[in-house]
Amino acid sequence: MTTADTMPLAYPFNEPDGLTLSDTYEQIRDQPGLLRVQMAYGEPAWLATRYADARLVLGDRRFSRAEGLDHDEPRQAEGQRNSGILSMDPPDHTRLRTLVAKAFTVHQVEKLRPWVRELTHQLIDELEAAGPPVDLVDRYALPIPVAVICRMLGVPEEDRPKFRTWSDAALSTSSLTAEEFEANREELRAYMARLIDDHRVTPRDDIMTRLIEARDVGDRLSELELIDLCVGILVAGHETTATQIPNFVLSLLDHPGELARLRAEPALVKSAVEELLRFVPLGSGAAFPRYPTEDIEVGGTLVRAGEPVLVAVGAANRDALRFDEPGTLNIARDGNQHLGFGHGVHHCLGAPLARLELQEALIALITRFPGLRLAGDVVWKDQMLVRGPREMPVGW
Amino acid sequence: MTWKVAIDGSQCMASGMCAGIAPDVFVLDGTHARPLKEEIAENEDALDAADSCPAMAILIRDGDTVVGPRP
Repeated sequence: MTTADTMPLAYPFNEPDGLTLSDTYEQIRDQPGLLRVQMAYGEPAWLATRYADARLVLGDRRFSRAEGLDHDEPRQAEGQRNSGILSMDPPDHTRLRTLVAKAFTVHQVEKLRPWVRELTHQLIDELEAAGPPVDLVDRYALPIPVAVICRMLGVPEEDRPKFRTWSDAALSTSSLTAEEFEANREELRAYMARLIDDHRVTPRDDIMTRLIEARDVGDRLSELELIDLCVGILVAGHETTATQIPNFVLSLLDHPGELARLRAEPALVKSAVEELLRFVPLGSGAAFPRYPTEDIEVGGTLVRAGEPVLVAVGAANRDALRFDEPGTLNIARDGNQHLGFGHGVHHCLGAPLARLELQEALIALITRFPGLRLAGDVVWKDQMLVRGPREMPVGW
Repeated sequence: MTWKVAIDGSQCMASGMCAGIAPDVFVLDGTHARPLKEEIAENEDALDAADSCPAMAILIRDGDTVVGPRP
């Protein structure tokens, strides 16, 4: 069994260019216990790669995120980051989460479906008018989630170039110094604070206005929490979906049989999106370590209180103990409880919205463009927490 | 005062939210979450869980009145 004294393995394993899951995960998932890993910065950590272990660590209240603020957290970039609501535990986390949870329930976001569908078709009309090749990222994958989250939150969509830069830096793992990271965050906060002031003067029917009310009338959050929550919703609300749209298209192009099946049977789009969420290892590596508040056994390793555990969701999603033929993309897979949105109290707030956007974006694109294909080299994002094309030229 | 807690298994997406927020009330040990007991004493955490469930799969009643999720 691995002990805390074993020489840790350098982490993360995944290559930044592409969407493959590193073979190393396959090897260590079959070994008993957890693996010791060392990221570029911070203290060594345990790495959980099995589905059951992942669900335990992410779902059990004895694993804390807030504890990480008092530690030298394992991380890819130098600057130690307070990740806002993602660095909180209940009850503080619950206090903020419940303020926004209702806006993102399945019931609420379904109301947006007709509008999102219209938006996808409008964008495809524009692609057709422009003619191939076009950059799928800039002209399709980004505009959809940006338009949706801007409308829900109350941010002007035309500010996209501004907040894209800040948002990129917020999720960057590059050699941004702690000071540069801090400066970027302050700019984004200042931008959001101005929008909040504007909403205070002119309330609207959006999430920002409701959060302002929760602060000013209900005193349920501080001004900084209000700003950071809005920033969090804006960044998390578009970046991952915008990245997964091209990732999913690429994965389908890579599996022409499954793509043909989806075209022939569009009703499969819901299970197809779930399967792609399981199959595509989005992250370059695990992030957001969990700190046990007491000694807990995880997958045969006794993790001591205060020793961080990283959860490799992409590896857990391919655990043969949980999924039949885990390495096969099967768009009709049943009982697909993947961990693509995480698990437990930090389970992605926007999961129902992301699902809806991914479903609509995929189905419109592949049905309108039966000849959809890559029309040039994909330029990959590098040094980001999430992997995916920065540019993806397509034709049809 | 006792409340009745129910989870609609056909709605539950096993996010783990409820078991994380209110581990004394909910558990996720199978495909879907379930209440540990059908009847509970008034419990703020249980209401928070019902409010936070992304699938709106939790229903908490006080007699005939729905108390969670809150409007």
